[in-house]
Amino acid sequence: MQLLDPMLPDQFLVKRKVNENKDTFTLTLEPLEKKSFLYQPGQFNMLYMFGLGEVAISISGNSEKPLPLIHTIRAVGTTTKAMQKLKKGDVIGLRGPFGSSWPIIQAKGKDVIIVVGGIGLAPLRPVIYYILAHRQDYGRVSLLYGARTPEDQIYLNEFAGWQEKLDFFTIVDRASKKWNGDVGVVTRLIPKAKFNPSNTLAMICGPEVMMRFVSLALQDKGLIPEQIFVSMERNMKCAIGFCGHCQLGGTFICKDGPVFTYKEMKRYLELREV
Amino acid sequence: MTLKTLEPILAKHPLFNELDPQYLEIIVGCAKNVRFKEGEFILREGREADTFYLIREGKVTVDIYVPHLGPITIHTVAEGEVLGWSWLVAPYRWHFDAQAIVATRAIALDGKCIRNKCEENKAMGYELMKRFSSVIVQRLQSTQMQLLDVYGIRQ
Amino acid sequence: MENNSLIILAESLQLIFDNLNSFGYQTIAPTISENTIVYDQITKISDLPIGYIDEQTGGHYRLKKHSKPTFFSYTVGANSWKKYLHPPKVRLWQIKRKAKAMEFVSEETQPPKLAFIGVRGCELAAISIQDRVFLKDKFVDPIYSTRRKDIFIVAINCARAVKTCFCTSMQTGPKVEEGFDLSLTEILDDKKHIFLVKVATEKGREILKNIPYKVATKEDENIAENIIKTTAQSIEKKLDTENIKELLYQNYENPSWDEVANRCLSCANCTMVCPTCFCTTVQDTTDLTGEIAERWRSWDSCFTSDFSYIHGGSVRVSTKSRYRQWLVHKLGAWLDQFGTSGCVGCGRCITWCPVGIDITEQVKTLRENNG
Repeated sequence: MQLLDPMLPDQFLVKRKVNENKDTFTLTLEPLEKKSFLYQPGQFNMLYMFGLGEVAISISGNSEKPLPLIHTIRAVGTTTKAMQKLKKGDVIGLRGPFGSSWPIIQAKGKDVIIVVGGIGLAPLRPVIYYILAHRQDYGRVSLLYGARTPEDQIYLNEFAGWQEKLDFFTIVDRASKKWNGDVGVVTRLIPKAKFNPSNTLAMICGPEVMMRFVSLALQDKGLIPEQIFVSMERNMKCAIGFCGHCQLGGTFICKDGPVFTYKEMKRYLELREV
Repeated sequence: MTLKTLEPILAKHPLFNELDPQYLEIIVGCAKNVRFKEGEFILREGREADTFYLIREGKVTVDIYVPHLGPITIHTVAEGEVLGWSWLVAPYRWHFDAQAIVATRAIALDGKCIRNKCEENKAMGYELMKRFSSVIVQRLQSTQMQLLDVYGIRQ
Repeated sequence: MENNSLIILAESLQLIFDNLNSFGYQTIAPTISENTIVYDQITKISDLPIGYIDEQTGGHYRLKKHSKPTFFSYTVGANSWKKYLHPPKVRLWQIKRKAKAMEFVSEETQPPKLAFIGVRGCELAAISIQDRVFLKDKFVDPIYSTRRKDIFIVAINCARAVKTCFCTSMQTGPKVEEGFDLSLTEILDDKKHIFLVKVATEKGREILKNIPYKVATKEDENIAENIIKTTAQSIEKKLDTENIKELLYQNYENPSWDEVANRCLSCANCTMVCPTCFCTTVQDTTDLTGEIAERWRSWDSCFTSDFSYIHGGSVRVSTKSRYRQWLVHKLGAWLDQFGTSGCVGCGRCITWCPVGIDITEQVKTLRENNG
């Protein structure tokens, strides 16, 4: 068989594992053989644990310095819980990158509003890195981050840097008295973001219900569905459009998405069980 | 002449945005300037709800005290927002604690005073009720979203 | 031998089998197993379901003897050629655990060269649809591609249709138009039992080597055309495809989905018998020593609750949502995804539905309740 097999993983060495919070961790991965790896912010890889299975995980590093690969993973299922036990020096399988990307080029010369919830910050971190590296190419950039509790927030050690160059606001659903930030839902941060609605792109990533309400709130602020981008999630087995699991209407999330305009997804976000 | 100076401040607050100046004049009569130190309680659960606050500067947490866990913050109120609406409906009792977590300046509005004025002037009462309904609905919608615990792990 | 339209005796079909076998093809053709037509490897034409016809309606299938010794008077069974090109279960790869690494072993197996004999119009269309899915998209499926490469196809023009057939609505049959090496029309009357053979490829011409033939006359051609025309006219079932994508996209919330969901058992039969359904899942396994892991791919169905599972639960919990997903995809979204319908009008999903749900009736119901 002479064909390049898109279903066969490459081997990646775990260089580092950092716990972000009690169930979320970040892996730094170096290829064992492959020499180069290119990806765009928003794309994902399929990570394989020996004998257990594969999961789709977005890439969270700096796309302009693609290797080593950075993946932030939440331990929620059998495979991701096993990944939580990985140590430096372990080897995992990896295929990718797959999928569409955030509109970082289209956003040049515009204001940008990034709204993320929970682990949804991870797929947008490459966008943040890109904007920080090309800050002068963008207008006002707001990053609104909602988390469950202060303890659930990830990438804490980067907050100071983001605060400096972006309009960065965080909010949590509930907190102890140790927290002196905002408490409430992420849409409450939107009034703090300053942008010119006619020259802005919004990028949203989080649970579907959160993306629905954020999209509505941004439209109330004058954005149109073409200016809003969302990252969708569905079951994925193959990542290359063959297994059929990630279909949503006329699209496959794995190859047409995961990043779509809200215009494309509006209908499906409004429908139930699609 | 505190009354005179409070009117433009009230007019600037989003709650009274574009309110009929006649009503504003009436409301000013129930208003006073207040300051809270960091850590000071503004409302206490179970006490009579006789006042509400338009926050001008600072930040206030709305908390529930849970044995074992201590106070849990479920909502924060900051500049341009409104603290308290239990003064509006019987039995006029606070359901949560509210604490200034930084030095906070606010306009305190006497709930009983406003209720009485609204009884006298139904048109103003309806206008204020509409504005407060919007505050209440937003809080309720936020609470429902928080209850969903969308970022939590579902078992 | 430049003529592309030939007449051979019915029994000469054996010579086609023999030639194919001698060229290294495994000959796969209809045969009978457990009282149904299946596709399997046979080398003798006596193993064809000679003299059999089928009877099919919603949830009903019977194979019956009839008076004439025809070779191809039945229509399609539950099997389709999909099982050879897109196997129900296939190993994708194996890995051996090494000290500080893993050794991936891609599957190198060379599948046998296959000749499909008796492929009908709807089935040719189904193969072409799966070609589109697996070979002509962003990625190429190496498994499908390897198996598909050397397939030899002998198509058959249907001389009979059953009540579940609606290929005429989907423009896939009964006449076979393209996608084959040779096509046959079976002609049996008082005097003769012959095939009119159309040669579509050089490969096809080669296989006919040494087989006695005569050049088909205009009259022979007319007889064959008439057989096909009569079959087409006998097809009663219709599916109105006009603006069907828009119809489906606009009717996600049509109440008629509730009605069909009350009957649907979510058993997945329709997706298993469908010659175009391509969805799969994977199983990851290890051997007892834990040293060798494998990944297997097997057919899956959008009717299972696991199918749409994401962290926290299934996206499509109700039967209604799953039936809707299947139908909207098959007849609507498929057009957006691949530029063709996903339905070829073979009627298998109607016959093999245990409660006889009829895809054409569902479209009719949606049209009646449109809006």
